[in-house]
Amino acid sequence: MSDRTEDLTRRTLQLVSRSTYVKEWLLKTLFFACAFTFVLAVALIFFFVGWKAWPIVADYGLGNFVGGSVWSAGKGSFGILPLIAGSFIVTIGALILGTPLAVGTAVFLSEVATPKVRSIVRPAVELLAGVPSVVYGFFGIIFLRSVVARFTGSLGFGAATSWIVLAIMIVPTIAALSEDALRSIPEGIREASFAMGATRWQTIYKVVVPAAKIGIFDAIILGMGRAIGETMAVLMVVGNAPVFPEGVFVPLATLTTQIVMDMPYAAGLHRTALFAMAAILFVFSMLLVASVRLLSRLRD
Amino acid sequence: MNKTTVDRIATTVLGLMAGTTVAILGMLLLYVFVNGIRAISPAFIFTWPHGVNAEGGIWPTIVSTVYVTTLAMLISAPVAVLAAVYLAEYAYQGKIVSAIRFAADSLASVPSIVMGLFGFALFVEAMDLGLSMTSAALALSLLMLPIIMRATEEAIRGVPKYMRWGSYGLGATKWQTVSKIVLPSALPRIITGIVLAMGRAVGETAVVLYTMGQAVNLPVTPFDSGRSMTVHLYMLAVEGINLPAAFGTALLLIVMILGFNLSARWILRRSRKV
Repeated sequence: MSDRTEDLTRRTLQLVSRSTYVKEWLLKTLFFACAFTFVLAVALIFFFVGWKAWPIVADYGLGNFVGGSVWSAGKGSFGILPLIAGSFIVTIGALILGTPLAVGTAVFLSEVATPKVRSIVRPAVELLAGVPSVVYGFFGIIFLRSVVARFTGSLGFGAATSWIVLAIMIVPTIAALSEDALRSIPEGIREASFAMGATRWQTIYKVVVPAAKIGIFDAIILGMGRAIGETMAVLMVVGNAPVFPEGVFVPLATLTTQIVMDMPYAAGLHRTALFAMAAILFVFSMLLVASVRLLSRLRD
Repeated sequence: MNKTTVDRIATTVLGLMAGTTVAILGMLLLYVFVNGIRAISPAFIFTWPHGVNAEGGIWPTIVSTVYVTTLAMLISAPVAVLAAVYLAEYAYQGKIVSAIRFAADSLASVPSIVMGLFGFALFVEAMDLGLSMTSAALALSLLMLPIIMRATEEAIRGVPKYMRWGSYGLGATKWQTVSKIVLPSALPRIITGIVLAMGRAVGETAVVLYTMGQAVNLPVTPFDSGRSMTVHLYMLAVEGINLPAAFGTALLLIVMILGFNLSARWILRRSRKV
């Protein structure tokens, strides 16, 4: 806050009694403290998780930890490369499956659907973004797993099943955010395109979608954040084997699922490794947020 | 191919994609509903689970979920609303404000497992609160803060400027204007935000698993442990025991979240009419 505005406030407030001035100042400070809680909370999470994770870096070595390819807590080997690979396999597959469906749904809602259809579908999509992840996981383990198992002859645990579950989960998120981006494009540029004789589809893919592409990209990044941090839904269908998977129908593990599997019995160095995995996830999610903010600054 | 044909094909494809999305999600809800409705009865809701297969009801888990969500709301709502008041009414754009906004965005995207481990290490162990309603509520409130704050800030910015000018013109101070003019007219949308955040908290699993525990227990004081509905569903599903109860719990969870969402919409719609 600049000195000048501070000065102005003080001068205006001097018109009121001293006690009112003090009261106003105290309230303002209280509100600031509340707002600053957010910064403190993030710093606290960062440093506390980092502090709990530090021994793995100091005693085991960051290179061995991040670059090691064997995760075997019993043998004291904590290489998380298979888990990082698992997280990315699961996330990228889900994005490939889910993104076209989500963006297509968003374009339909914003450009094609009649207001009546939209007024039904949009709330439904928003509602489904709020269904708990454990319910998606439950649906996955009970229904999708047996379907996948029947078609492939495997147990049904593995990357393929988790792609489907995660794709279903992230479609509402990406669709709702993309639709917001599409609807923020002024009506005038659509009218201009129609006036040039373009059809609705030409207007969509040559005018509206390019204009909203940063917003849609933001939506996909946030969907990715949701997918990579997702725990319970993935945990229930992924099979939980901390190895490099040899196919999409065999069990694997991700950073998030391995934390849940090991947490009940982990102690000592093993536990610090789990905290370090949480720290990596946290830093990654913050990087995604930062890139979204950077993108929206580019747009303005 | 002429452009009208292309247009017709492309828009049909878009319609099919939207239809697929709705169909998949509708199928999921229908599947849970058809299988869950048979399990739900007053006895299922109001009795305790017992035996190796968790037969009987899920009453303690419902109480735990409602208890911890209410507690988390009581902790996070005042802080988030006042923070939004600061950002919308008092703050001037600068480094601190953009740090606060970045922190809020980060907090909103923290993976729930990270929040769970953090809550476990800080609230359960370091602060010695144990596996308890308080620990879980504190961790959940961190997740709810950004949701409530965003909704409140939008609500406050939606209050027309001239209402503030009228208030200042009558000689009101800033706080009088905020507390008597701005917040009352933004109230319906603030409540909507709080209700939506509570819906989020009800569905959290990983956070409460590590901060509240998994023992079936009816919490009375804020320092009692418990098992939430989501954790109960997870246990039943993974161990593959008592599937009817798992479906019933899943259905009740969805109904609760539907209830939160619909009441948020209802509050919003009613406030627009007035």
